[in-house]
Amino acid sequence: MAGGIKKFVVGSFDDENVLFPAVKNVRKAGYKIHDVYTPFPVHGLDHAMGIRETSLHTAGFIYAITGTTTALTFMSWVFTKDWPLNIGGKPHFALPAWIPITFELTVLFSAVGMVLTFCYLCNLAPFVKKHHFHPRATDDLFVMVIECTDKTNDTELQSFLQTAGAQEINVQEAETGWWIGRYHKEQKLYKEEKGY
Amino acid sequence: MDHQFQLPGSYKKWTYGLIAVGVVAVLYGVFKFQPWIHSHEGSHVDSTRFWAVLLQNSVFFLLVVNAAMFFICVTTMAMAGWVVAFRRVSEAISSVVPILGIITFVILLAIVFGERTDIYHWLDKEAVAKDHILNGKKGFLNPVFFLVWSFITIFLWWFLGKKMRSMSLQSDKKEQMGYETGKKWIWNNTVWASLYSVVFTLTVASTIPWLWLMSIDAHWYSTMYSWYTFASTFVSGISLIALFVVYLKNRGQLEYVTEEHLHDLGKFMFAFSVFWTYLWFSQYMLIWYSNQPEETKYFIERIGTAEKAGPFKGIFFLNLIINFLCPLLILMKRGTKRNWTMVTIMAGLIIFGHWLDFYQMVMPGTLHDHAKLMPFEFGVPCLFVGLIMWGTGRYLSKHSLLAKNHPFLKESMIHHT
Repeated sequence: MAGGIKKFVVGSFDDENVLFPAVKNVRKAGYKIHDVYTPFPVHGLDHAMGIRETSLHTAGFIYAITGTTTALTFMSWVFTKDWPLNIGGKPHFALPAWIPITFELTVLFSAVGMVLTFCYLCNLAPFVKKHHFHPRATDDLFVMVIECTDKTNDTELQSFLQTAGAQEINVQEAETGWWIGRYHKEQKLYKEEKGY
Repeated sequence: MDHQFQLPGSYKKWTYGLIAVGVVAVLYGVFKFQPWIHSHEGSHVDSTRFWAVLLQNSVFFLLVVNAAMFFICVTTMAMAGWVVAFRRVSEAISSVVPILGIITFVILLAIVFGERTDIYHWLDKEAVAKDHILNGKKGFLNPVFFLVWSFITIFLWWFLGKKMRSMSLQSDKKEQMGYETGKKWIWNNTVWASLYSVVFTLTVASTIPWLWLMSIDAHWYSTMYSWYTFASTFVSGISLIALFVVYLKNRGQLEYVTEEHLHDLGKFMFAFSVFWTYLWFSQYMLIWYSNQPEETKYFIERIGTAEKAGPFKGIFFLNLIINFLCPLLILMKRGTKRNWTMVTIMAGLIIFGHWLDFYQMVMPGTLHDHAKLMPFEFGVPCLFVGLIMWGTGRYLSKHSLLAKNHPFLKESMIHHT
């Protein structure tokens, strides 16, 4: 259901200091970076790739207030309407006593919600198979994957990557995601960057 | 850039203006409220008001400036590099500790030797002899221990803080440190920072709030109280650092401080506001839940009962809005913490909020229904704010704004959240 089978040019780098200028030059030349797979989180790479800020935290906030509301409405309904009990002479609407539970539900909702959203955004789920562009992306290589469009000349692109300092270069055809490929449409063009 | 800050005229004008307003307020209090007269059974409550306001402000602002040194020490022990770019600002704020320390100590001396039983009930010898509970606390709550321990405390804050500052200043005069010398220097810093933190734990995080503030309500006690006071003043201290950082940045100084540093200061403000609330709530909820008369007394004096609202009900809950809801909802967003204007506004609000928190800690036990929030209550803090500005400005203009030989400087320059 995603973009279907697409063609990619894959360049692998073994040095961060080579990778960053390469990302810049590839974007400058107008190629579309599908993603860069790294063995560990690389600081600032998301900015270099022009990926927009994630909205995961906004989702987290919404889950959190959902949790707060759920806890408060449920407890107030139970203790004032459905089954009022006299507990140690406290008022039925015993707000201070509910705060810990409200807090816990807030955290629970936002944590579970954000984990699930994160998995969705990264196309992670049990039994879903994703294409690995290079197995050493989990070990010691930074793997830059460039999507080929109708206009891309892949031999030219391969020699471009060669000059950019890639150690291994090849062409692969692969399924991009599970349902929808996420960040495709949201990358800024290099010429929209400040100081172009 | 030579990192040398010249105090602008407007800064001096504000400093002396605030000090003048504060002095006028105190003098007004001296002549109008006649603080030497003892308050009895509702007569001369104004003399109580004078001492209560002085106590509230001196203790609050002393603990706030002292928190700046604690900030340096915890970051030193944590080997944090990002603070180095504005380390001199926290040092400058902490250099006010001796000034406010002396003032606080003089006020405490006056309260104890003036036998202000309206402030500290335990100063009343006859009442203590008759009172089972106060008699039991006599070993701790007595004038000699009170004053000796207060003196030792203020002396140690000053002495250990001075040591931390002088190590930092001396590094300016030497060459760039190599690996071995740098390592040794950091180790020395860590040792002194640890000593300071031990003293801090034994004072701010335990005994000092018991003695100076909690003993106003001598019959009552709460095990959360000191941490609560610590959280209150620490978050205000961080906010004060943020205010000075923003001010200096506006003046074109602190060239290595960026949004990234501001972001982390904002995180501290956010985190410790929540921490303060955690303690506020723990103290309130446990007492509310167990509902024992000797414990609920403290809150009844403030918010009253279901039948009759107490005189501090508004301030009590306003306190929660300013110090919890506002920081929580406003500082939660990443963009706010990286916005110089928003951080400035929030820092001002947090300091005001915790000043108000101290107001409701001191006033109910001393003035009961007679507490006021009039120009006098707002005039006295001007004196303390002015003194903080004076001392901080003096330190900032006397020394380089950049700890240029600190081994972690590079780390601070490239800091990225």
